[in-house]
Amino acid sequence: MPALEQLEVEFTKAWADPGFHQELDDLLRDFVGRPTPVYRAARLSDRLGIDLYLKREDLAHTGAHKINNTMGQALLTKRMGKRRVIAETGAGQHGVATATACALLGQECVVYMGEKDIERQALNVHRMRMLGTEVRPVTSGAGTLKDAVSAAMRDWVSSVDGTHYIIGSVVGPHPFPWMVRELQKVIGEELLEQMDGSSPHRPVPDVIVACVGGGSNAMGVFYPYAGSGVDLVGVEAAGFGLESGHHGASLVAGSPGVIHGSMTYLLQDDQGQILEAHSISAGLDYPGVGPEHSYFKDHGMVRYVSITDEEAVEAVHLLASIEGIIPALESAHALAWITKEAKSLEGKTVVLNLSGRGDKDVQQIVDAE
Amino acid sequence: MSRERLTELFAECRAEGRAALMPYMTVGLPSPEESVQLFVAMAEAGADGFEVGIPYADPLMDGPTIQAAGERALAAGSGVEVGLDLLGQIVTQTGKPCVVMTYVNPILRMGIEVFADRVAGAGASGVIVADLPVDEADVFIEAFEARGIGLVLFVAPTTTEQRLSRVLKADPPFVYGVAELGVTGVRTTASSHIPSLVSRVRRHSEVPVVAGVGISTPDQARAAASDADGVIVGSALVRGVLLANDVGEAEELLRIAIGDLARAVRPPR
Ligand SMILES: Cc1ncc(COP(=O)(O)O)c(C=O)c1O
Repeated sequence: MPALEQLEVEFTKAWADPGFHQELDDLLRDFVGRPTPVYRAARLSDRLGIDLYLKREDLAHTGAHKINNTMGQALLTKRMGKRRVIAETGAGQHGVATATACALLGQECVVYMGEKDIERQALNVHRMRMLGTEVRPVTSGAGTLKDAVSAAMRDWVSSVDGTHYIIGSVVGPHPFPWMVRELQKVIGEELLEQMDGSSPHRPVPDVIVACVGGGSNAMGVFYPYAGSGVDLVGVEAAGFGLESGHHGASLVAGSPGVIHGSMTYLLQDDQGQILEAHSISAGLDYPGVGPEHSYFKDHGMVRYVSITDEEAVEAVHLLASIEGIIPALESAHALAWITKEAKSLEGKTVVLNLSGRGDKDVQQIVDAE
Repeated sequence: MSRERLTELFAECRAEGRAALMPYMTVGLPSPEESVQLFVAMAEAGADGFEVGIPYADPLMDGPTIQAAGERALAAGSGVEVGLDLLGQIVTQTGKPCVVMTYVNPILRMGIEVFADRVAGAGASGVIVADLPVDEADVFIEAFEARGIGLVLFVAPTTTEQRLSRVLKADPPFVYGVAELGVTGVRTTASSHIPSLVSRVRRHSEVPVVAGVGISTPDQARAAASDADGVIVGSALVRGVLLANDVGEAEELLRIAIGDLARAVRPPR
């Protein structure tokens, strides 16, 4: 597609332009609140017998790492002279982050969101509307993230002249996975400085753990550490359990194929029909994953594991009750793996990329109990 | 060589001074058992060939009508395997050249060679892969050509000259001229892109150009037919099949629509 080629050229130029970086860095510092802190979870560390640090992406403006990507792409939109932005969202965090960037820069914004997600992430729907964004319900398929991505792509094929598609993760056709990774790698770059081994309070991590939906927060924190010898662990959604067939674990339980314009691990049947994913967390409820994670898996650079709905909910309660932090259900998958593996992690310095805060999930969790 | 059946069709139509009418229909509607008779009815009513759509769970390039048709067909038991089985019956019972329309993933899953064997074995003439860009197409083209079938490639108003030349170099059995940017579906206005698309291709090549996407009414078909070698009508026909109460009614709606379209692609007498 010529639009993708144009985008590749535009982002390449912008990314090589110190002026673009200056503008983005200023916004990330003053508007988003970067760098996000690293916090040592002392009580949980004691409980688990590990040295646990949280990279606090939940403290970024709008409450998740998604804004790192949307600020960059919204600036790129302005640079390309486009006035309209579209996006897809699952948990609504990417939708809110896009709506926020568009409000700030005076861009028109339409967000596609699956019907089912509109229901389970209602708070974020209200936030997007308050920010001046039109939320378009997507009724096809299961009404979740995959369908929202498809709807946004269908919009974009006819609107590409004046519209930029701000994709929310390291998925989709090239150049999106690369561009989103470049915009998210600020997480890992900050962490490298924050935990550089220069004092006992800043040990170099042994293990870094992040949840994987499309894979953007994980890619953001992993990428600067790739090949460094630090043990990188990506946690996918096991939903009702891998054996139930209702999950979102494309890397752990899927097979290679093509989804949304990239060749990657995905959930499919024996005739190549894409299967519906399932996860309690809307942000992990996707049958594909970013292609670079597939590369990491095939080359043994990252370990990929999975955590069930139930284990994730338990982890939300755990962090809330002993650290005073309510994590997003997505991020709770990563924490749940750490608690489950505490024995094998004993004595190690572990960093949890706390990708987002859980306000959006409170209603859903309370309703389910 | 089944690809040649397409070549013959376009030569015949050019000699008659008209465009070929090549309807799209999702295979397996209203049920796998009743699907072939819809194609037969369309052939009898004046269709010159078919785009046989394999139902797919996530059809990125399709609008709401063909998405719904895919979901309905899958629920009724159609799919890649069933679709390819029915394809053979459609080719034999209609006697018309058929092109399979599908997406990349099911082909990769089956294996490109096996898929090509199945399509050629069914007697079809070509394949359209909606989400396959020409840069990734070489292995497909090789496998198809070895079996005498062709890979149809797209040209859109946004296609650059550089890409156009790559498309033409790949020697497709015909070029799918995208009349309207965007996904498949009914549009209310007539496309203005076809004349310029056809003349852009003609500057380099005599390969047939078939116009599709957003063509649904006889007026739109007539306009496209005055420049293009063929016209694809999809969503408007599929919609009728989805609305019909039973296969008899679906057949009747198709006969009426195809009759009108078949007149529209011929010059007025
Ligand atoms: C807080 C949070 N974490 C993680 C994700 C999953 O996305 P990704 O894997 O791209 O980081 C989401 C997606 O909505 C999210 O909101």
